[in-house]
Amino acid sequence: MHMIQVHELTKNYARATAVDHISFEVEKGQIVGFLGPNGAGKTTTMRMLTCFLPPTAGTATVAGFDVLEKPMEVKKRIGYLPETPPLYLEMHAEEYLSFVGKLKGLSGAELAKRIDYVCGRCAIADVRKKLLGKLSKGYRQRVGLAQAIIHNPDVLILDEPTAGLDPKQINETRDLIKSLAGDHTIILSTHILSEVEQTCQQVLIINKGKLVATDSVQNLQNRVRGTESLLVEVAGRNGALDSTAVQHRLEQVGGVSRVLLRESRDNRGIFEIESQKGFLRGDLARAVVESGWDLNELRPTAVSLEEIFLQLTGAEATSAATASRGDRA
Amino acid sequence: MRNVWIIFRKEMRTYFVSPIAYFLLAMFALVSAFFFGIYLRGFIEYGMETQMTGQTAPMNLNEQVIRPLLSNASVLGLFFIPMITMRLFAEEKRNGTIELLTTSPIRDVEIVLGKWLAALGLYVCMLLFPALNFVFLFKYGNPDWKPVVIGFLGLLLQVGGLLAIGMFISTLTKNQIIAAALTFSLFVALWVISAVSEFNTASWAQAVSYTSIVTHLEPFERGMIDSKDAVFYLSMIFLGLFLSLRSMESLRWRS
Repeated sequence: MHMIQVHELTKNYARATAVDHISFEVEKGQIVGFLGPNGAGKTTTMRMLTCFLPPTAGTATVAGFDVLEKPMEVKKRIGYLPETPPLYLEMHAEEYLSFVGKLKGLSGAELAKRIDYVCGRCAIADVRKKLLGKLSKGYRQRVGLAQAIIHNPDVLILDEPTAGLDPKQINETRDLIKSLAGDHTIILSTHILSEVEQTCQQVLIINKGKLVATDSVQNLQNRVRGTESLLVEVAGRNGALDSTAVQHRLEQVGGVSRVLLRESRDNRGIFEIESQKGFLRGDLARAVVESGWDLNELRPTAVSLEEIFLQLTGAEATSAATASRGDRA
Repeated sequence: MRNVWIIFRKEMRTYFVSPIAYFLLAMFALVSAFFFGIYLRGFIEYGMETQMTGQTAPMNLNEQVIRPLLSNASVLGLFFIPMITMRLFAEEKRNGTIELLTTSPIRDVEIVLGKWLAALGLYVCMLLFPALNFVFLFKYGNPDWKPVVIGFLGLLLQVGGLLAIGMFISTLTKNQIIAAALTFSLFVALWVISAVSEFNTASWAQAVSYTSIVTHLEPFERGMIDSKDAVFYLSMIFLGLFLSLRSMESLRWRS
């Protein structure tokens, strides 16, 4: 049983299609990253999952309940943190959590227990008695997270949870989110690619309302990394370095398909090496050292999600255009 | 019911942690005390005059002090109510907290009712001040209490309707100032509309002036419950609540 099942979900606004027939599933306890440029349809999809917006077509079920037919059941099982935390700035943190807890159906000793728990979990115990309006952005975000998990929901939906935070706060928030997985199934949206790489197990890439790719982060990287590329920095031991000689020598190493001189300065040269087969590093290092040069650096240039993303969305844009022409024909 | 109570308490709290409630209470107390003083002074002077001239004119606290004061309170409401209702939904929309409410397991009707009751609750607190003035009339005079109770009941009905309409207007915008301005303009229009029938006796003019929000209060002020007028205010309450509810639903389709 999937925790979240989305089938052909579509949302049309008056003039535009915000979400266009997307389908995906999320397993229990997973963190899924919802990745796409601004305006791709991430927030709209999340709002449909939280029953804030009704879908135009298609179905979505959360914990087995349909968002249109059983919205109350879905709402009980979802914790939602919108892009700006929905805080009442004139309330104290504790008061606010108590209000949200009651809204979600908690009361009495259980509510008090949950408030203590989420304050500890989200590290807001020291601001419990403070006005939300006086809190820093990082604290507000954490109070937002705390309200999302107050009723221990099965599913957590977080819309750009790290937007607008400073790097330290971003790291803390990411760690917090990671620690919440397992108990909760989490969908988080972001347009920051490294965030998905660091936090999520699965990634959904969305562009212009269409789902461009769904896969694990690992698989996506492998998918694009057909060829491996390495960066090698070589230095001459005495005086200047003959970069053409180095280039020549490196090309002779088995498996290397191309060597490019990226930079050359005094006695140092940086080369980019493309190879068809992996594990060339040993051979390359030996070739450099045995020829009497120093090897300063040798590292693979990692394919970032950035590149994957650009490849996928770029390619998809053209194929989508062809597809829609086909539809009309 | 529990959810209505949760919303009601939150709204009441919001009113009373911000200066708005205290400002409204103070203004309402001041203005009603001012008019109380004027009418009471008029009443006393009238009494002394009739005594000195040796006439025996009828003296009636209900007719000469309480009734005009209730009538005043109802007109004052037109000015104060937009300030009560403007924030009800506009503020939630601006802060994004409307998303919290609508994604919580609570029905729209419970949100609408909780907010409306809280607004009514604040108004009841405001009415305590003119009621306090009346206590002196009962202590030193001998007015009939029934028209007073019925007059307050009428006020509550009227204000309930106005609050519901004001709340509906607050669902239409994110901007509290716009909500207040629209509400106030509508109230003033519905107030002066009764004048239409003063120079025109055609049936359409009668119908138009019937929609005035102030004239229906007159029987209540005289101590009579006229079902026609009670129904008018009750339907205004229902209309306002219903429109608020539909507007909340449409938020989801539009946003």
